[in-house]
Amino acid sequence: MEWLLFVPLAMLALATAALVILLRNPIYCALALVGTFFALSGLYLLLQAEFVAVVQVIIYAGAIMVLFLFVIMLLDVGHEPPPWLRQDRPRLLLGLGLVALLVLELAVAFGSWIAPGIRGPYTSDYVNAVGNTQLIGRLLFTEFLIPFEITSIILLIAIVGAMVLARRQ
Amino acid sequence: MPEPAFFVVMLAKIAVVFGLMLLSVAYLTWLERKIISDFQVRLGPMRVGPHGLLQPIADGIKLMFKEDIIPQAADRTIYVLAPTLALIPAFISFAVIPFGDRVRLFGQSIDMVISDVNIGLLYLFGVASLGVYGIVLGGWASNNKYALLGGLRSAAQMISYELSMGLSVVGVLMLSESLSLVRIVGAQSQTWFILLQPIGFLIFLICAIAETNRAPFDLPEAETELVAGFHVEYSSMKFAMYFMAEYANMITVAALATTLFLGGWRGPFLPPVVWFLAKLYLVIFLFIWIRATLPRFRYDQLMRFGWKVLLPLALANIVITAAFVALR
Repeated sequence: MEWLLFVPLAMLALATAALVILLRNPIYCALALVGTFFALSGLYLLLQAEFVAVVQVIIYAGAIMVLFLFVIMLLDVGHEPPPWLRQDRPRLLLGLGLVALLVLELAVAFGSWIAPGIRGPYTSDYVNAVGNTQLIGRLLFTEFLIPFEITSIILLIAIVGAMVLARRQ
Repeated sequence: MPEPAFFVVMLAKIAVVFGLMLLSVAYLTWLERKIISDFQVRLGPMRVGPHGLLQPIADGIKLMFKEDIIPQAADRTIYVLAPTLALIPAFISFAVIPFGDRVRLFGQSIDMVISDVNIGLLYLFGVASLGVYGIVLGGWASNNKYALLGGLRSAAQMISYELSMGLSVVGVLMLSESLSLVRIVGAQSQTWFILLQPIGFLIFLICAIAETNRAPFDLPEAETELVAGFHVEYSSMKFAMYFMAEYANMITVAALATTLFLGGWRGPFLPPVVWFLAKLYLVIFLFIWIRATLPRFRYDQLMRFGWKVLLPLALANIVITAAFVALR
């Protein structure tokens, strides 16, 4: 039964992700990326990670991409020719090399020994018993407290840095 | 419950809620015009039907038969898509709001909510945060400077106030210990959260008005400076869809205020659904009252108020609530 939802969602995610780099109008590209976020959010729901699914929509689709659109509209970015029409040999080779590396990495990762499907303490039964959001909250404030605090300090520094840079001009 | 019955009940609930929502949206325009004319000592719509009661239907027919103009330089795809993008989030967000107690019907117990998901409140905020796309894209696709400015203003405004809105309900979450709106209503069986979270309620209400782009926060469509803002170029049903989205959002936000702070459908003597609707319309009346009373904010005042007053206040509210919850 899961396949009925997984296959369309996965295909939607791939198709919209491809459109992000293939479309010519930057606004359409941004909208395609929003579509990708939605498909991913659906995949998270299939994994019973409701909290992550909704936060994905709130933060990426609801806030970050709106700011992206904002910037694209204000700058009035022109239409670029599609990448395959650009005569740029070195970049093309670099891109193909990176793709090859990525495919190799995926093959190794899914092949066997790196991700053999070890079951951690947080199985989906356990997560459902405690509650998705509750468990994330508990772990953030106990086991992962220090990484959590470090992340927030980094974000704070970034905000202050942006303010300083904007003020200087 | 067996599966076919489950789907039948689900579809019935969706149909009833959707129908009532459409009807309320139509008659909210009538209600608003009537209340505002009362405030301004005039009669308002009186000609179509007794006391203008058929006015919304006349308006609907008129809008449907109007010429639908698409500007030549507009981005057609997005121009057509944008009103729908505004309307859909406005309607689907009501799905998690409980409007009554569990009832027994034909030997089945039926929850008076379309879907009680465990992340209900987050779902609502997620869907609400998408409403801004319709406005921003509509403003951009019209290829009109006023429309673009209105769209950008609304993006800035909605993102700024969404933040304070999200923080204003954290106090409620701490007290109810759940994101499910059904359980939040359940947690208010003794005291309504407005008594425990008066500051949270106030911040929520202010942000709700800003999120629905209503006066005094109606800068995205300020007619004296932007002609009409993001929907200048829209006509006929596309214009109507923006209007419907605005009123549907108003209903949802009022229902959310009812659920989070006013005890939801709880109340003595009368049936729960009646209590729910009474509180809902009380909040809506408040919105209209505020619109009839206050002048519009200036853009810099709006931003300063959101970031320098509401946001710190919401954070302070969280700290104080957390201290009380921890000491209890």
